[in-house]
Amino acid sequence: MAEKTLKNIEEQFEMFQILNEEGKIVNKDALPDLSDEELQELMRRMVYTRIWDQRAISLNRQGRLGFYAPVAGQEASMLGSQFSLDKEDWILPGYRDIPQMVWHGMSLHQAFLFSRGHFKGGQMAEGLNLVMPQIIIGAQIIQTAGVALGLKRRGKDNVAITYTGDGGASQGDFYEGMNFAGAYKAPAIFVVQNNYFAISVPVEEQSAAKTIAQKAVAAGINGIQVDGMDVLAVYAATKEARKNALEGTPTLIETLTYRYGPHTMAGDDPTRYRTSELDSEWEKKDPIVRFRKYLESKKLWSEEEENKVVEKAKEEIKAAIKETDEVAPQKVTDLIGNMFEELPVNLQQQMDEYKEKESK
Amino acid sequence: MAQMTMIQAITDAMRTELKNDENVLVFGEDVGKNGGVFRATEGLQDEFGEERVFDTPLAESGIGGLSIGLGLTGFRPVMEIQFFGFVFETMDAVVGQMARMRYRSGGHYNMPVTIRSPFGGGVKTPELHADSLEGLIAQSPGVRVVIPSTPYDAKGLLISSIRNNDPVVFLEHMKLYRSFREEVPEEEYTIDLDKADVKREGKDVTLIAYGAMVHTSLKAAEELSEEGIEAEVIDLRTISPIDIETILESVKKTNRAVVVQEAQKMAGIAASVAAAITDEAILHLEAPVLRVTAPDTVFPFAAAEDVWLPNETDVKERVKAVINF
Ligand SMILES: Cc1ncc(C[n+]2csc(CCOP(=O)(O)OP(=O)(O)O)c2C)c(N)n1
Ligand SMILES: [Mg+2]
Repeated sequence: MAEKTLKNIEEQFEMFQILNEEGKIVNKDALPDLSDEELQELMRRMVYTRIWDQRAISLNRQGRLGFYAPVAGQEASMLGSQFSLDKEDWILPGYRDIPQMVWHGMSLHQAFLFSRGHFKGGQMAEGLNLVMPQIIIGAQIIQTAGVALGLKRRGKDNVAITYTGDGGASQGDFYEGMNFAGAYKAPAIFVVQNNYFAISVPVEEQSAAKTIAQKAVAAGINGIQVDGMDVLAVYAATKEARKNALEGTPTLIETLTYRYGPHTMAGDDPTRYRTSELDSEWEKKDPIVRFRKYLESKKLWSEEEENKVVEKAKEEIKAAIKETDEVAPQKVTDLIGNMFEELPVNLQQQMDEYKEKESK
Repeated sequence: MAQMTMIQAITDAMRTELKNDENVLVFGEDVGKNGGVFRATEGLQDEFGEERVFDTPLAESGIGGLSIGLGLTGFRPVMEIQFFGFVFETMDAVVGQMARMRYRSGGHYNMPVTIRSPFGGGVKTPELHADSLEGLIAQSPGVRVVIPSTPYDAKGLLISSIRNNDPVVFLEHMKLYRSFREEVPEEEYTIDLDKADVKREGKDVTLIAYGAMVHTSLKAAEELSEEGIEAEVIDLRTISPIDIETILESVKKTNRAVVVQEAQKMAGIAASVAAAITDEAILHLEAPVLRVTAPDTVFPFAAAEDVWLPNETDVKERVKAVINF
């Protein structure tokens, strides 16, 4: 009996796909209602982000960037979901989710400041509903339930969306976040980008569950597993999740994807835990390649168009790095000043000490 | 004897105890196949198998709870918290549960758990990786806190920690992992927990430090020596409890003390050391006990580490202040 229940549940979580690896529509009924311009914009963003990733990796290697977690391979998962959001929706990202933040309105310059470890990297522009990329895996997930409840109590027509990885789905905060959001019928969307590895640990070792999506069942919220290399499927699933969230049912979206690069640029060596066969299997599913094929078949994309995006990305990145280089280095007094609204006595004393030190 | 870095000495200690005691288990995030993000467990899974050295799901509270359960069933867990900034995730398991198990059971149960974790500034990690949070644990009764500063000490102290029947938080300063090598015996040896070590002798002032600040203090001492000031440098090695005897012996000779810690000033180890010195030796002191610490802010963003962390100049300044008092 109990065994049958589990089996039944597992069988229901099949991967949702619209565009296959060849760039062909395999699920016509689910095709989202996107204009030609919107389809082109999605492609532009993915191409731009791929170039940005390549530049970020090489800037890091030259010692000019700082902390960076590569994103190539995950563009559809990241950008397809963000594309379905309203400008005023809240994003609570993890350390890898910088592209969603940038396409939600944060400047590249600020993303670079975050990478370098400068407090200005966290100073969100007024009206941008973004929280700083979370380093503590899982912390953002339960906070999302709080933001979602806040939005609901304020009577907003907005949702809170959060991102984590397959590893993050093992944290207690993940279960608590879904459970709280469900209990309060709060407008939340939980995205788990399952790239099959948490640094070196394969997803099979994280849990006995066959899918991450099925974990929604226990929380009493919607759950769906999506082809994370298919930007149309990710977009459609998130769009629907957004609608349901506003009606009181949160959704857990598991996107199946892959990070081509190392975990971060701080010494991870993927050859210790992944095979090149697996890498090339995933490269065949590439989100940009299949979407390009699709758009070309609709005469919506060309090499020229793509080159234009590449050039634009390179120029903007160059300018953003230049702008970042010009930011004054942090002083200890800056850090002290950001600790409290009113400095307590110990910090006041230290402020004076460091002011003197810094004036020398 | 072999030349080893601190990380090699740590691996060697775990290998020694995995060999010595079949109840020793080593686990944590990425410690198995990957050999740890710093390679501290490199080769151990190959050598001892997946039942003894293994990866866990990504959940620090889970790792802590698992250790408690394995401890209750007679194992000797050596768990890793990948970076000590993640200890908040498992604070209940460590100080709320393990540290109280012996006490709560009236001595019936014990918790022979070693919690290894990298910490410490100067390597420009993201937030909540490098923070000096040892004071939070030191304030909790029922758990020891050990912080080695050399490869030799790291091996002997880690073996002692693993063999100890009470929980030990064993903190490894990231900056020291590969910064130098020294002679480390290949055979097993232990170093007593709760014992400080005089790393340099001197007659004019006592510098008391732990972790990377031991090296900052030693460097300051060398520079001070050129100016005619001879500093004695004590490495606490175990910061909870504090070996007050070794400190007093030195302070009674030098009559002056400066305590150096990388952590923020408020409620730190340095404050405990300074208080213990004045408690027991105030009549031997020629000057107040001064502290060198970081300011009371959150651990800085990577780009500000260099200006935030205490350095040799800070140490020398304080030493001169107690000498010229
Ligand atoms: C609480 C916490 N534990 C551990 C880490 C160290 N860490 C950073 S990323 C990572 C793996 C995360 O894997 P996953 O959730 O699958 O996300 P991915 O990096 O694959 O996008 C680990 C263990 C951390 N940052 N926070
Ligand atoms: Mg992952």
